[in-house]
Amino acid sequence: MNRRSGTGYTGIPPWIYAIAAAGALFVLLPLVAMVAKVNWPQFIPLITSEASLTALGLSLRTSAASTVSCIVLGVPLALVLARSPFPGQRLLRAFVLLPLVLPPVVGGIALLYTFGRQGLLGRNLELAGIRIAFSSTAVILAQTFVALPFLVVSLEGALRTAGNKYEAVAATLGAHPTTVLRRVTIPLVLPGLASGAVLSFARSLGEFGATLTFAGSLQGVTRTLPLEIYLQRETDADAAVALSLVLVAVAVAVVGLSHRRPHTSTAPQGAPQ
Amino acid sequence: MTFHLNAALAARSFEVSLSLGPAETIAILGPNGAGKSTLLDIISGLLRPDTGKATIGDKVLFDLTADKNVWRAPHARGTALLAQEALLFPHLSALDNVAFGPRSAGASRTEARETATHWLTEVDAGSLASRRPGQLSGGQAQRVAVARALAADPDLLLLDEPMAALDIHAAPLLRRLLKRVLADRRAIIITHDILDALMLADRVIVLEDGRITEEGPTRDVLEKPRSRFAAGLAGLNLMSGTVTAAGITTDRGQVVAGYHDGTAVPGQDGVAVFPPSAVSVFLTQEHGSPRNSFHVTITDLEPHGDQIRVRAGGLSADITPAASADLGLTPGMTVYFVIKATAVSIYPA
Repeated sequence: MNRRSGTGYTGIPPWIYAIAAAGALFVLLPLVAMVAKVNWPQFIPLITSEASLTALGLSLRTSAASTVSCIVLGVPLALVLARSPFPGQRLLRAFVLLPLVLPPVVGGIALLYTFGRQGLLGRNLELAGIRIAFSSTAVILAQTFVALPFLVVSLEGALRTAGNKYEAVAATLGAHPTTVLRRVTIPLVLPGLASGAVLSFARSLGEFGATLTFAGSLQGVTRTLPLEIYLQRETDADAAVALSLVLVAVAVAVVGLSHRRPHTSTAPQGAPQ
Repeated sequence: MTFHLNAALAARSFEVSLSLGPAETIAILGPNGAGKSTLLDIISGLLRPDTGKATIGDKVLFDLTADKNVWRAPHARGTALLAQEALLFPHLSALDNVAFGPRSAGASRTEARETATHWLTEVDAGSLASRRPGQLSGGQAQRVAVARALAADPDLLLLDEPMAALDIHAAPLLRRLLKRVLADRRAIIITHDILDALMLADRVIVLEDGRITEEGPTRDVLEKPRSRFAAGLAGLNLMSGTVTAAGITTDRGQVVAGYHDGTAVPGQDGVAVFPPSAVSVFLTQEHGSPRNSFHVTITDLEPHGDQIRVRAGGLSADITPAASADLGLTPGMTVYFVIKATAVSIYPA
């Protein structure tokens, strides 16, 4: 619930507001500066050029695909981390969260040595006729690698908050664990899962370092919007700024969606009417 | 189709064995931390004991005796659990909550909803079918939870203090409802309320420190409690010791004279039981038998109906407010509790 009435006591010292305002400005000002720099008469032609549209399309497609992989891999990971204690659990969590703090370029190098032509798995995949590095698949892998922790963290938190009382009741009512997962657990943590997926999508959309290192920058194949912006910056600053604004708009829309929670479905029960 | 259980869990110093007929309801009574919830968790499969075995008819719930390692998963046991909180799935309507069990058992959506409607009507909640749990009061939610548990058609229904979280208006309604639906059903109900045991159960089991300390038909346990806990529930004083010709001698050497019912043999463990209303309070030692007189220090005074209950030395006395005022009773005072021997029942522990 957003409570915006200013009648209650907040307990915040007045000087905190000044620093908070400075913090907000620090984030907003660069955006304003960028918007001020936009070449508005040329804006539409700039963002609808073939290279731009190709890059935007590739970005949206790969980000959608990597979000799906994040859900497929991240939901089981979050369940295992939140629900079933096992030796080495903390270590596993630390490793799953590592991409959050790892420089993306390092992630790219690690992926290259795993799935690249001479890589750990890449060598065998190469023999099987599958080449991953410098393909759109590589873009998706790079994005999944950096975005997965966002989904896992968000979902694990939701699972821990929800507890497993409902699951225990569902089991005693005769529901098989898979049924419990499908009909009870997932619906209960759906808000957490949704916001995790949105964050993963946003992170995938902005992915640059790992993509460049592992997938390269081939137009229409691996050159996503951030790569296109970086490239345009050298030759056509106006195009770079215009495309940046597009990315900001998409990001704002995505994050806005994730914060507009429909209704808190895990409301406490037995509330008086 | 009898239910048999014996289970031990060392970590909670829990060791219980019990049996239950097909249409029998037992009430589990006991102080907090006695292992009541542990018992239900073990039966429903949420907690694994160290050793033991449980069966319902031919169905083995678990068998961890000797070198066997049979463990039936909770969903395959047929032991529906109803807890203090209704725990209705918040994303499903009342109807779909009740339909959850039948659906999980493989019924079609239509069949499951028909079953659900039947049980909702049975608990007088038919009009709540389309409500979300968030729109139900505590009592309504618990009624829907009862319907949900019954719709799963359990072989054994487990109720963990189902009335505890309800307000005083909702509890009697649910108690009447449970009396109706539990009549021809096998159930174990954990409760703190002697009224639940009286109304709902055929038999009571008193659990203390993970062990059964008393077991029997509800009426017998209340009339002739053998444990201090059951005596407290029945509102009686209880002293335990060794049976003598005239009564019992407690472990601390107190001699209690009383009326033998003919079953106690001198030398065996026995109890002396008497109601608080039979206890008189005096400031000085009274002489004249046949009376029991105990020198005790008052710990508490509290209102009890239209009487004052005086608690001292683990015993209770009920006296009139006027008498209490006359004697000037306050906590910390030492007084004499005096009981006529004819008011004290002596029987084996």
